[in-house]
Amino acid sequence: MSDTENATAEQNTEILPEGASVNLQEEFEQSQVQEVLDKLDRELVGLVPVKTRIKEIAALLLVDRLRRQFDLTSETPTLHMNFTGNPGTGKTTVALRMAEILHRLGYVREGHLVSVTRDDLVGQYIGHTAPKTKAVIKKAMGGVLFIDEAYYLYKPENERDYGGESIEILLQVMENNRDDLVVILAGYKDKMDRFFESNPGMRSRIAHHLDFPDYSSEELEAIAELMLSDLNYQLSADAKKALHDYIPLRMKLPHFANARSIRNALDRARLRQANRLFADRNKSLSKSDLTTLDAEDFLVSRVFVEGKLDGDPADGILNPVSMDKTD
Amino acid sequence: MAMSNPGNRVTQGQFSFLPELTDEQITAQIKYALDNGWAVNIEYTDDPHPRNTYWDMFGMPMFDLKDPAGILMEINDCRKTFPNMYIRVTAFDNTHGWEAPRMSYIVNRPPNEPGFKLQRTERDGRSMGYTITSYAADKPEGERA
Ligand SMILES: Nc1ncnc2c1ncn2[C@@H]1O[C@H](COP(=O)(O)OP(=O)(O)O)[C@@H](O)[C@H]1O
Ligand SMILES: [Mg+2]
Repeated sequence: MSDTENATAEQNTEILPEGASVNLQEEFEQSQVQEVLDKLDRELVGLVPVKTRIKEIAALLLVDRLRRQFDLTSETPTLHMNFTGNPGTGKTTVALRMAEILHRLGYVREGHLVSVTRDDLVGQYIGHTAPKTKAVIKKAMGGVLFIDEAYYLYKPENERDYGGESIEILLQVMENNRDDLVVILAGYKDKMDRFFESNPGMRSRIAHHLDFPDYSSEELEAIAELMLSDLNYQLSADAKKALHDYIPLRMKLPHFANARSIRNALDRARLRQANRLFADRNKSLSKSDLTTLDAEDFLVSRVFVEGKLDGDPADGILNPVSMDKTD
Repeated sequence: MAMSNPGNRVTQGQFSFLPELTDEQITAQIKYALDNGWAVNIEYTDDPHPRNTYWDMFGMPMFDLKDPAGILMEINDCRKTFPNMYIRVTAFDNTHGWEAPRMSYIVNRPPNEPGFKLQRTERDGRSMGYTITSYAADKPEGERA
C-alpha cells in the first residue's frame, strides 16, 4: 500500500520506443501479485475454476499494462465483475483478494473493499436515493464496491421503487469513473441472470463473470479442518468421524450455506466443548484438552438427534447453544 | 489595496496568494487530509466577509473516504451549481484536543470580485471605528449571484 508501490504502477504509462523490450517475469515479480495468489490458495480450499479465472485475469491485466507502455492501449479496461454462486461459497472472500490484486497491478489506487446491499444504496423517500448511492460510491472510490444480492436493486413489480435510480447512478459511474473504482456484483446465479435480462446496460458493463460452485462434502471437511487450525483447535479421531457424518446430513437440510454453515457448526461445537469442560471444572486441563473438539461436541446436534436444524426458529424453541444461528 | 491586490482577489485560508490551484493540486491536498484521517467538507457562500463563519455545506459530510476522486467530483458538482460563489474545501480533525479545521482553501471564486467597503466612524475623543462590509452582500440573499 506504500506510495512508491503506487507510483511504479502509475508511472509505467510512460511510452517506450518501438525497439524497446519489457520483461513479463520482472513486471510480475515487481507487482507482488503472486503473494496474493498464494494467499488465495492457502485460505480457500478447492474453488479451482475460480482461482484459474483469477490467475487469467491477473495475466490479462499485467499484459495490458505492458501494452500500455508501448502505447498499444490507452483506455482503462473495464474491470467490473459478477460473482455468482450460493451463499457461503467464498464470493466475499475472493472479492477481498481481487481488490488486493487490482491494487498491486495499479488498477485501483487504494485497494479497499466496500461491501453493501440494497439498503445501503436505496433511500426511503424521493430525493433520498441519489445522495445515499453517491455517498457509498465516494467511499468505494480508489477501491472495489461489492454489491451483494445486487438484483434486489431492481423491483419491477413496484414501478415507483427507488432502486432504479440507484442503478442509473451506478451505471454512469461504472462507465465514466473506470479509473476510480471497480464494481463487483454478487448473488445467486439464476436471480442475477434475470437481473441482467432486465438491465442490459448493467450486463454490458461487466467484463468478467465468475461462477462459484457448491462445495462437495469432502471439500467442506477440508474447509472445517482449515478453519479449526486457524483458530488453534483440532478434532479428535472420533470427532473427525462425527463431522464426516454430520456434513452430508446438514447439506440435505434447509438453509444450507456451504462454508458458512460449516463455520456455524464449528462455532456451536466450540461452545459445547467449553460447556463440557466447564461442567467438569475441578479437573485440571492440558493444552490438548483446551484445543480438542470431541465427537460428543458434534453428536448432540439436533441434525443427528432429530434430523432438524439446531435452533430452528420454526419450532419456536431455540437451542441454548445456538442462540443467534439458524443452522 | 487596489494596487497591491488587483481585482480585489479575496485572500482567505491556505494558498490564497498563489495562482488558483489546479484540480491535480487540489486532489493532492485532499489526499494529504485523508491520509491524516481528517474529514473533508465542501462549503460555499456569496459573502466573503472574513468574519463570515456561516458558509453553507454542499451535500452531506463525507466521512470514511479513502480516495480524493469522490471529493473532487463533489467540488465539480458544486462549481456547476454555484459558479458565481466562493467555494472552499475544509479538512476537519476530530481528534481530542484538536476538534478543529486543519486545512481550508478556496477552490472557486466569482469571476467578478467587488471587494470590501471600509467605513470609518468617528467617536469621542478623536477615536475612529472601522467596519468593513462586502459589496457582494449588498443585495438581499437570493438576488446576489
Ligand atoms: N473454499 C473455502 N475455503 C475455506 N474457507 C472458505 C471457503 N469458502 C468460504 N469460506 C469461508 O466461509 C465463510 C463464508 O464465505 P464468504 O466469502 O462470505 O461467502 P459468500 O460471500 O459467497 O457468501 C467465510 O468465513 C470464508 O472464510
Ligand atoms: Mg457474502
